[in-house]
Amino acid sequence: MTTPLLVALFAAAATAPEDAATTFIRLLTVFLLAMWVGFEVITKVPQRLHTPLTSGSNAISGITAVGAIVVAGAMATRFGTALGFLALILAMINVAGGFVVTHRMLEMFQPKKK
Amino acid sequence: MSSQAWINLAYLAASMLFIVAFKLMTGPRTAVKGNYLGAAGMAIALGAACFEQPVVDRFLDMGPGGLVTVGVAAVIGAVIGTLMALKYPMTGMPQMVALLNGFGGAASTLVAGAELWNMTATAGLTDPDRAAAVAHAAGELAPWTKFAIATALTGLIGAVTFWGSLVAFAKLEELPRFKKAWTDPNRHLINLGLAIATLLLIAGVCMYPKSIILYWLLVVTGSLLGCTLTMPIGGADMPVVICLLNSYSGLAAAAAGFVIDNPVLVIAGSLVGASGLILTAIMCQAMNRSLVGVLFGGLGTTVAVNADDVYAGKVKSASAEEIAMVLEGADRVVIVPGYGLAVAQAQHAVRELANALEKRGTTVEYAIHPVAGRMPGHMNVLLAEADIPYEKLREMDDINPTFPETDVAIVIGANDVVNPSARTDPTSPIAGMPILDVDKAKTVVVVKRSLSPGFAGIPNPLFAADNTLMYFADGKKAILDLTTALQKN
Repeated sequence: MTTPLLVALFAAAATAPEDAATTFIRLLTVFLLAMWVGFEVITKVPQRLHTPLTSGSNAISGITAVGAIVVAGAMATRFGTALGFLALILAMINVAGGFVVTHRMLEMFQPKKK
Repeated sequence: MSSQAWINLAYLAASMLFIVAFKLMTGPRTAVKGNYLGAAGMAIALGAACFEQPVVDRFLDMGPGGLVTVGVAAVIGAVIGTLMALKYPMTGMPQMVALLNGFGGAASTLVAGAELWNMTATAGLTDPDRAAAVAHAAGELAPWTKFAIATALTGLIGAVTFWGSLVAFAKLEELPRFKKAWTDPNRHLINLGLAIATLLLIAGVCMYPKSIILYWLLVVTGSLLGCTLTMPIGGADMPVVICLLNSYSGLAAAAAGFVIDNPVLVIAGSLVGASGLILTAIMCQAMNRSLVGVLFGGLGTTVAVNADDVYAGKVKSASAEEIAMVLEGADRVVIVPGYGLAVAQAQHAVRELANALEKRGTTVEYAIHPVAGRMPGHMNVLLAEADIPYEKLREMDDINPTFPETDVAIVIGANDVVNPSARTDPTSPIAGMPILDVDKAKTVVVVKRSLSPGFAGIPNPLFAADNTLMYFADGKKAILDLTTALQKN
């Protein structure tokens, strides 16, 4: 079920030179397909792992750090750079905090070694 | 291949890793690996971002200043995040997740704001306001407008996420000012006003992208909405809010991906958005509530059943010693932890009681309702923290058929999720809600402070059932006393 979906997703994500309208449609396609993949995969997560799932996906939502890096690293304007700098700090708190706390929780689910 | 192609390839690899990470989250053993892969995907994406054209151009033209800025911010954020994650207690997980969510949302808002500022500051060739107006008159969307729509949505969703998360954090931390749900009768009017202002501002940003003040005004109304939408929501509905905010933070990132035309943001963001939405739906279903009902507060219907009719003369209260005697004769005991256990932080006390029982040869299992605790799956984490092996934590559908063979069911701080009215009374507000069938056990012990109703505001016939013993006490103290009484015998 998910395999053809993934193929479609990555085909849609691959870029060729295009105009702005095409970009928009392509990203929209990627968005919808990725939502679909998300639904497919996540409905299979058992209830007892819902908290680590929430914190793990939370960490992944920190992906906006990529945008912050581009804005802060390009230093196009002073104000823009300041915003990017602040955004990157916040996003990295989200990323690092999310992955570490998820790991901490998952460790507790492991059988205790005697 | 051009360098941009390599960067896109790295982004695709990262996206793939994120999907695999979610896939591995289905089992507790594989989930650890999944988390590592997710982190690896993130590292790849962040690394690739440092090679994006604007960053490289800056580096070649003016030296390493840009990359130093990036490095400093990244290290500051990573250190703060790691410290927070290591220091926060497990009972505080919902707050911690809420806070992290909020930061993600705020970051998306700031990225979009910065991008808008840079675009308008450097777009000297054509006046974007004029271009937008011309395209608008021609009945089509200018490229600028599409950029502006994405920017406006990012700013809005990010702001709602940030402030909503802060309010959720304050509620979960039980800061005094936020303890009571905000029930101002005018709140729907206020929300409506804010919503209208928001829509107007979105239109404004799209038509006049160069008027940056409009974007920040939109962020302000989004912030206010984030507060006013979260403040009326009661403590027991928090699992839904956490899921929803989680979803929003993903959608904000996805929207930011549209702003900067970056597929990895769109993919990762929508995965998170989908995950949050699914959990929201699961939580709502488990509480027998509609999303609209949760968001706009209150159950709507008042209840006609009089508590006195249900309880009068039928409730039996027992002491720790009496209950210990019942437990002594039990072969199989099921513990049903609820919201109250999370609040009383009684998970370690429960573990002690289970140890005492198991020493006597009694089988002990735990029945976990999907909404037990303050965020999805929270109860499992709390009990796992108290070293309770996760094989003993049984999900609702799995354990319900075993209640008739159970000698004693101990309900700690749960109410609505064990209310048999959901099964028996079609007129009950919780009719049809999935519950744990503890009433079918031979004896039910309910540990509770008083007969006060649960979140649904209805009396619970379980408390008056023939096979029920009530033990009125604070959850943690009650369990400790029970354990002592059991060990004495």
